[in-house]
Amino acid sequence: MRVLRPTTLNEALEMLAADGALRPIAGGTDVLVSWHDQSKDDLNLLDLSPLRDRLGPLQLTDDFLELGALTTYYDVIASPEVTSAFPLLAEAARQVGAIQIQTRGTWAGNIGNGSPAADGVLVLMAYDATVILQSQAGFTEVPLDRYYIGYKQTVRRPEQLIIAIRIPRRRREHEWFHKVGARSALTISKVGIVVVKDEQGWRVVVNSVAPFVCRCRAFEKALTNGKVFQDSKEIRQLLDTDIAPIDDIRSTARYRATVLSKLLYFWLAENLPQTS
Amino acid sequence: MSVGSDIPRVDGLDKLRGSTTYIDDLVIPGVLHGGTIRGPIARGKIRRIHFDPAINWNEFVVVDHRDIPGPNEIAMIENDWRALAAGDVRHKHEPIVLIAHRSIRKLREALRAVRVEIEPRPAVFNPRGALTPELIQHGDDNVFKRIDIHKGDPAAVFKQAPHVVEGEYHTGSQEHLYLETQGMLAYRQDGRLVVRGSMQCPYFVVNALTHLFQKTADEVRVIQSPTGGAFGGKEDYPSLLAVHAALLAEKAGAPVKIIYDRREDMAASTKRHPGYVRHRTAVDNDGRLMAMEIDVVLDAGAYVTLSPVVLSRGCIHAAGPYYCENVHIHGEARLTNSPPYGAFRGFGAPQTQFAVERHMDVIAERLGIQPAELRRRNLLRDGQTTATGQVFRDGTDLVGILDRALELTAYDEKRKQHAAHNRAHPYLRRGVGLACFFHGAGFTGSGETDLASEVWVDGLPDGRIEVLTAQTEMGQGAATILAQIVADRLGLDMSQVSVATPDTARVPNSGPTVASRTSMVIGKLLQQASDDLVSRINPTGSTTGKAVRDAIRAWHVANPGKKLRGRAKYHQPPTINWDEEQYRGDAYAAYAWATHAAEVEVDLRTYVTRVTDYVALQEVGKVINPTLATGQIQGGVAQGIGWALSEEVVLEDGVMANSQMSNYAIPVAGDLPPIRVYFEEQPTPYGPRGAKGIGELPMDGPAPAVINAVCAALGTSINAIPLTPERLMEHLEGDDDG
Repeated sequence: MRVLRPTTLNEALEMLAADGALRPIAGGTDVLVSWHDQSKDDLNLLDLSPLRDRLGPLQLTDDFLELGALTTYYDVIASPEVTSAFPLLAEAARQVGAIQIQTRGTWAGNIGNGSPAADGVLVLMAYDATVILQSQAGFTEVPLDRYYIGYKQTVRRPEQLIIAIRIPRRRREHEWFHKVGARSALTISKVGIVVVKDEQGWRVVVNSVAPFVCRCRAFEKALTNGKVFQDSKEIRQLLDTDIAPIDDIRSTARYRATVLSKLLYFWLAENLPQTS
Repeated sequence: MSVGSDIPRVDGLDKLRGSTTYIDDLVIPGVLHGGTIRGPIARGKIRRIHFDPAINWNEFVVVDHRDIPGPNEIAMIENDWRALAAGDVRHKHEPIVLIAHRSIRKLREALRAVRVEIEPRPAVFNPRGALTPELIQHGDDNVFKRIDIHKGDPAAVFKQAPHVVEGEYHTGSQEHLYLETQGMLAYRQDGRLVVRGSMQCPYFVVNALTHLFQKTADEVRVIQSPTGGAFGGKEDYPSLLAVHAALLAEKAGAPVKIIYDRREDMAASTKRHPGYVRHRTAVDNDGRLMAMEIDVVLDAGAYVTLSPVVLSRGCIHAAGPYYCENVHIHGEARLTNSPPYGAFRGFGAPQTQFAVERHMDVIAERLGIQPAELRRRNLLRDGQTTATGQVFRDGTDLVGILDRALELTAYDEKRKQHAAHNRAHPYLRRGVGLACFFHGAGFTGSGETDLASEVWVDGLPDGRIEVLTAQTEMGQGAATILAQIVADRLGLDMSQVSVATPDTARVPNSGPTVASRTSMVIGKLLQQASDDLVSRINPTGSTTGKAVRDAIRAWHVANPGKKLRGRAKYHQPPTINWDEEQYRGDAYAAYAWATHAAEVEVDLRTYVTRVTDYVALQEVGKVINPTLATGQIQGGVAQGIGWALSEEVVLEDGVMANSQMSNYAIPVAGDLPPIRVYFEEQPTPYGPRGAKGIGELPMDGPAPAVINAVCAALGTSINAIPLTPERLMEHLEGDDDG
């Protein structure tokens, strides 16, 4: 096992440029859990924790919220301003593991780990977040909904580091988060869903039903066109083009697809009665 | 009087402060860390064990079956459980080789560097599947144990019965999930083999060590370390782990500690037996039970271990707390190529009582009688007999318990409210369900006679008292209530009574801490030993309190250097008669009785069932410590709700695949309802101040109460647990892919 501890951001970027196999680590709540199963010699870590001041917690302006690479779930939970501006961030954060995990785990780490079940990515994507990547060559800003290209595969190049996440402040008409796990807390999502309607339109984002957290674009389009759904089966058929759930140790493909369509159907029935 | 008072638990403060020293907290100079190489598949011939030459094996202590000095057997009912596989493996994760090293890091590397090559053979995973000759591994049919209980003539009654109701019920396995994983330390001291660890039954471990090492009981010493939960999981398995640690320690000539991590513990150690129960019941037009045929199959895993007695308790409880004149119960424990299933709170009774309590609701539905009324008509009345012919005359009013539970639940009112709610709500469905059940305290039949438990109560020179038994504290409160019983009998303050650490060099063999026997059997013996102590000191004026303390001091002044010891040994009361051959008679000296009621809300969007209210009313004889007793009931109910709804042991190749706390969902506080606990107290002559057993009872009722509530909410019949949301979806949606 090798752990590098840069003291400045420049040093971190130099290290990443020199060794593309380095794995950035912030709270360690994903990397160290999977550590158990691996040969420890294989770990090659870039420990970002000394950069907390530079990659600091958060900044809320009139136009956007910016979370640093080391901002934890708890930093959001503990900020009344952020909680009030982006309520679903706090709602999702409170359902990530236990409070010990919430105080260590970071939003950027959640993006970097790329789990299809990530709760943080789910709400960030629904709020139309962008990911700010930096390398020695400079900055790039990538919309989170174009960040993933496959299971645990992203557009980030090995020499790039996630240094911040930016979320636009918009007026929202609807916002709803629902997580289904095996119990009411300390659980990994079997199906997660966020629905947001803001001035730019509908965003419906789901987790644990595809190789990565993704938008349901066909379903969003149907909402935009004012489609009326007769029952949940109709939603399920439409979702077939958006999601690709699988059977695994936590649930089944059929359960995930069925529950997702029922949750959406009844949410629409309660919140947009004209559509169902 | 300390019995009946809320005495704070004697081990509470240390646990709260984190200062209790569990086995893995002990710092032992020169200790080696031991680990286990396990079989990679369910069944086959061991071809070769490949040790990676990149590792310097000379640094390691390596043990296999050839290092076992005596029989390669863990002493239990049939002695068929091997300490280490030899020649073949019979379940995945079967221990084959043990290794130990000073460095835990090097141990872990080495464990990854051993590969076992197996020539696969066909394995059995379904205890009810068809058997071909190559699948036979025990006798000529893989049946480890058969039990038949006969009463009356059911066959004749079925021919004329107005109604015959059939049903089949399945219960899944369950992981104990004690907080402290299995752990054991072995070393030599003063010429003796010493084993310390997390365990329920120190003398079971003594038996395992003397049998396998061919030693006398004097040559081994077993000490229980503070035990962070057990639930039956530390009844049988510690015998295996103790043998493993001792084999390594004896070969190394150094202390060896084996501590399982959570994954190894969940994947390799024992679990609850999966159960399959079929009912066929003859009922008259009023819903009275005329005849019952009950067929019980338990999946026992690859070795006999404790399965015959789990099956026995399961069968004896299979007809429920009801009166029926004609009964046939047939039970079988069958081999599969899974790790042996073992002791788990309830010990077979939760499986069979899930079945009978679901079946009562099925009968009620069929006959159009209310579930509560059907039970009221059939509950045992004074003078009637159980399935084994035991006359029920302990004075408990079972109908009264049912009626009080209904009142506490506001049962009738809730049923009306639920019906209205369910008509109006788009996707939430509510229901309420009942379970009436019982649990026998102590070993079955003549088991307590065979154990012949002995306890001591010592008077110390300063006038204080020490209680010496092999009973273990594992979180359930045994140390506190045993001290309470002795303090109560001698009229002393609790501060005057201490309870000895179970150390077989110091305490007598009072049997295992299992079977809901500690309060009743050991408590009663401690009263007798207290009386014996008093009879040796002849206190003046009074046989309690200060007079006893003064007399103890005076005795020591008169007998310097001698031990003042009150003794008691179990003798079966002449009123208890059991015929082991015919399975007839008094199966248990006393039973605890209960009615539980669960209220649920099912979300038809997600198929998630939430238990929203829970009433637990039970009659357990005298309640020794109300706070501890309430804790026992609430913990058991939580464990029962988990078993009913979310705790799914996913089996792959016969072993638990989801061996992580994140993927095996025990309920958290947010998943549980308020658990409202109430007691009735009908003293039994066989327990101290009338106390009976309590530990297992609350595991028997929650699953059927919860599932009956779900069935009431949805108007359907569900006969298998755990009822995960996925299973409920399949049940409701069928094959229609909607």
